Amino acid sequence: MATLTLRDIKKSFGATHVLHGVDLDVTDGEMIVIVGASGCGKSTLLRIVAGLETETSGEVLIAGQSMKGLEPADRDVAMVFQNYALYPHMSVFQNMAYGLKIRGLPKDQIQHRVDEAAGLLGIGHLLQRKPRELSGGQRQRVAMGRAIVREPKLFLFDEPLSNLDAKLRVELRAEIRRLQRRLGVTSLFVTHDQVEAMTLGDRLVVMNAGRAAQIATPMEIWERPADTYVAGFIGSPSMNLLHATLEAGGAAAILDAGGLRLPFADGPRAGAAGRKLIIGIRPEHLRPGQGGLDVMVELVEPLGGESVLHGKLADGTPLTARLPGARYEDGATQLALPTESLHVFDGETGKRIEAGG
Amino acid sequence: MQKKVIFKGAVLPYLLLAPQLLITGIFFFWPAGQAIYQSFLREDAFGLSVEFVGFENFLDVVRDQTWLDSAGRTLLFSGSVAVLALGSALFLAVQADKHIRGADVYKTLLIWPYAVAPAIAAVLWLFMFHPNIGLFGRMLNGLGIPWDYRLNGNQAMLMVIMASAWKQVSYNFIFFLAGLQSIPRAVLEAAAIDGAKPARRFWTIIFPLLSPTAFFLLVVNLVYAFFDTFGVIHSLTHGGPGKATETLIYRVYTDGVINLNLGSSSAQSVILMLLVVALTVIQFRYVERKVHY
Repeated sequence: MATLTLRDIKKSFGATHVLHGVDLDVTDGEMIVIVGASGCGKSTLLRIVAGLETETSGEVLIAGQSMKGLEPADRDVAMVFQNYALYPHMSVFQNMAYGLKIRGLPKDQIQHRVDEAAGLLGIGHLLQRKPRELSGGQRQRVAMGRAIVREPKLFLFDEPLSNLDAKLRVELRAEIRRLQRRLGVTSLFVTHDQVEAMTLGDRLVVMNAGRAAQIATPMEIWERPADTYVAGFIGSPSMNLLHATLEAGGAAAILDAGGLRLPFADGPRAGAAGRKLIIGIRPEHLRPGQGGLDVMVELVEPLGGESVLHGKLADGTPLTARLPGARYEDGATQLALPTESLHVFDGETGKRIEAGG
Repeated sequence: MQKKVIFKGAVLPYLLLAPQLLITGIFFFWPAGQAIYQSFLREDAFGLSVEFVGFENFLDVVRDQTWLDSAGRTLLFSGSVAVLALGSALFLAVQADKHIRGADVYKTLLIWPYAVAPAIAAVLWLFMFHPNIGLFGRMLNGLGIPWDYRLNGNQAMLMVIMASAWKQVSYNFIFFLAGLQSIPRAVLEAAAIDGAKPARRFWTIIFPLLSPTAFFLLVVNLVYAFFDTFGVIHSLTHGGPGKATETLIYRVYTDGVINLNLGSSSAQSVILMLLVVALTVIQFRYVERKVHY
């Protein structure tokens, strides 16, 4: 158990810059989920913490100690890989005992720790099997067991659930969370799946193109996304982003499509009249109602209790809405925008604009 | 899934197989059959009289102390060649598997010796270690080390072992490299995070995962040392000095071609044939059982 600090981590492979300076402070026992689209540098960041890649500049500190120049073996971290990475020629027991044997633990202690971890994960009956005789879910449990027995300072998870089928993924997700809470080990979890991120993390790091776009709790990120990238990435279906301009006085935005006036419920925004804005509204906040947006609905996806509507505004901007009930049809309709659920972003930089800012 | 073509009638498929069958028949089954047939006969050197003697040729061979000596030498020779060729190939493959500059050039160069004919390989080594014209041969003698593989049996053995092993390193190298590259990187990374240093990773992860490849190569190398090293020995030492480098296959040649003792030579061939069949059977058994990870 330990804290983890990343200071301005940069990484380039030749001329390709993968990480542009990431800072992060993880407190003891916290579960941090690093989430982002593929190629955003999230796996590279994790591998730098593990010591499998060397940072071009910056510093990694585990429990306050600099990891500069330290091999993975000397960092006291454990990692769970996407493709399990079990030792194929060893039994499950040997797989889990490998790291302990290297540390020179006495036999009875190894036995005790492996049995305990196996019991925790429900794989006690598999200890004598070879990895090839296990199912995907069992293999991933063994990989987690191998990490747990080490009792490391840090758990690193590199998309451990993405090779599993949907049902197993949900099951193991909950299990990882329970285990992590129970053991209280500081953890970094990399995923591209935003549902995994929202459900697992104490805090999320949303990565975009080698930068941490936002670091906050899942609900903070959902309620107050820092920019249009985060807004679009977290939430399903993703947030509608509509172009607009600021009204003189800053008390409302005028939508480019249809000229609808949207007053800001939480106070005026700074800036000259005509400042370019992007207005974000989550699909689930839209409601059927008069005096709102004119939408041409092109596709209705009934999900049972609710429906997802895909449509277009007058100028062709696509719009998605998630509405209760199932009685919707294609064609022209009107949707109301509750002004208290609007997100306001700068039209140029994409950054969030708070009231008064 | 392989696509299977269904032929109408049997003529076309046999016709298509004919070239391969013909080659196997003419160059393998015919001479092999001939050898088995002759191993039961005793013929005088001029071919004027032929006598059926049953297993007498075989009994003569295994009772002959010089043949047993030769068998012992062959074991020493083959074992040394296999160990040397496998060891150096594994070392080179591990080096080539690292991320190094010019790795492709390095790999290509290492594969070249395989394309060199045995006799040429022998000549290369001769030019290096000949006591009068060889660079290293002269150097050794210049340093006061009496080096002449034409006189010293042990030195002669060392020469043929080195030349034979050198030729086989490339072949082993290719297989070892392919084996190394098929080990998932994540497995090695997992071992590194588990605390294993490079040497430990090699002996506890890489080597066990390579062992099916190594076993296959061991059999191939033994077969090579038993049979394919005739060219190297013939060009370098002619089995000499004395009988110092006379292996079983070389003896088959001496007894049959030089001494024209066809019955004995054939019996020796048949014994070697049985040996290679046994090795092949072991290998297939093992490979079938053990190769899946």
